[in-house]
Amino acid sequence: MSTSFKITRATLAKDIRLEWRSKDAINSMLFFALLVVVIFSFAFDPTAEESRHIAGGLIWVAFLFAAVVALNQTWARELRNSVLDGYRVSPAPANPLFLAKALGNFLFVAMLEVLMTPLFIIFYGLRALGPAWELLPVAALGTWALVVNGTFFAAMSLRTRNREIMLPLLLFPISIPALLAMVNATQNILTGEESARFWIVLLGTYNVVFTIACLLLFEIVLNAE
Amino acid sequence: MNSIHYLKAAYAATWIIHLTYISILYRRYRRLRREIDQLKGK
Amino acid sequence: MKRAFLILAVLSIALLGFATYEGLFVAPTEQTMGDVQRIFYYHVPSAWTAFLLFFLNFIASVLYLIRGNDFADRFAKWIAVLVGVAGCIAAFAIKPMPYGIEPSSVATTALAITGIYFLIRKYFPDERTDVLALVAAEVGVVFCTVVLVTGPLWARPVWGIWWTWDIRLTSTLVLWLIYVSYLALRRFSTSGQTPSIAAALAVFGALDVPLVYFSIWIFRTQHPQPVIGGGGSIDPRMLHILLINWLAFLSFAALLCWARYQLEILHRKVEETHALEALLEPEGKR
Repeated sequence: MSTSFKITRATLAKDIRLEWRSKDAINSMLFFALLVVVIFSFAFDPTAEESRHIAGGLIWVAFLFAAVVALNQTWARELRNSVLDGYRVSPAPANPLFLAKALGNFLFVAMLEVLMTPLFIIFYGLRALGPAWELLPVAALGTWALVVNGTFFAAMSLRTRNREIMLPLLLFPISIPALLAMVNATQNILTGEESARFWIVLLGTYNVVFTIACLLLFEIVLNAE
Repeated sequence: MNSIHYLKAAYAATWIIHLTYISILYRRYRRLRREIDQLKGK
Repeated sequence: MKRAFLILAVLSIALLGFATYEGLFVAPTEQTMGDVQRIFYYHVPSAWTAFLLFFLNFIASVLYLIRGNDFADRFAKWIAVLVGVAGCIAAFAIKPMPYGIEPSSVATTALAITGIYFLIRKYFPDERTDVLALVAAEVGVVFCTVVLVTGPLWARPVWGIWWTWDIRLTSTLVLWLIYVSYLALRRFSTSGQTPSIAAALAVFGALDVPLVYFSIWIFRTQHPQPVIGGGGSIDPRMLHILLINWLAFLSFAALLCWARYQLEILHRKVEETHALEALLEPEGKR
């Protein structure tokens, strides 16, 4: 048990350290999300009233695309210098590696969200009419939903011919319930029209189901040649 | 009577889709047969 | 073998011809929708067939993942038996059934699940499980495409809209998307363990479907939308013809699956031969 924890912590620390030094993922994610925000604001040009209705969708689409950029990079780093092969050959169990990657991705995307949210508020003149604190569980659960499956599918896509397009192709259909939940929850909180409770429960269920599925099946994906 | 066009379109579309799939399978089969003949020839 | 295939082909074509004729000319005209409603005789059986095929893929994927693992194998066998037993008990114990579901269909479905599990396990061992999974997914996508094309063609003249985000349409679309991505993974994967990876994806897809259902249910509770396709009882003459069409499409699906299956087996044998050749080529001959 404690070995797993140590492995997770070590791998996570390594990823954070690498990312902090190069800032590869965070820079490309940030720039991409910013572009999406700007282009959307040209495309939609909403008044304050309308913006509350569509902001939920826009924000999560921007984060989704940015997350895909990060997810594509996470495993690519392991392929260089055969780090992944080294891990497979070692007696270490597969799950700590997965958790570390997923947690790392979660931190990066969360950081992105923290940086981008003020921009969204400014561009769209947003103000939450419903309970704003509920946005935190929505963001946390929603991000984990994207990241846990994204990390898994990114590992799957490693062994395909067109890696970069395979990840979104696999991720988006499976994420539809989670996306629906995130967007609607955000919209409900911003407009204050309905409760986001059901959606948060759905996100929670989605997270539990797929985290377990990823942990159970990751070994297969890791050991695929 | 305009709605009859939709009925015809739906039935036609169904068979176009199925026949397209069958032709894809057939073409793959021909290619495979050719490969087998090549292998046998060696 | 060849003979059985030909018999099935003739039977399928005959059934399809008969069923189509019945659907187009014999079935009574619907009161409110008119003749356009006859699309229903193609749309609904295709949907049922697609779902059945996707379910076959799911069972085959699970079987592929657990093969060789004794514990998982025994566990899965017990679950399969349990589903059958539970279905039969529920059919008799729960009265009345919610949503107007027939008790007999619950029992039949549960027993069918158990039956399908053990039949696939027995007659499609090892690699053949994977071939079955691939075949079921591919033919399933073909039928699902038919559903997604005929659906809007029915909706437009009758309800005035091409599409709506109701539960059945949306879950069918998501299922289609998941399985297209499944087929893409199969095609573009360079791994030797593609069958296992694809099987894992199929399991993910299966886990996703109830969540999609639930999410659309919440969505519609909060945003009521036009009800498409209604529930309610169906004229027994129409039901009769619907079932005939389903039988016809099922036998056609079986035909397609059989053909695709043989094709895949042949393809794999050729691949193996190529691989062997490459191995056995004498060193100097390069």
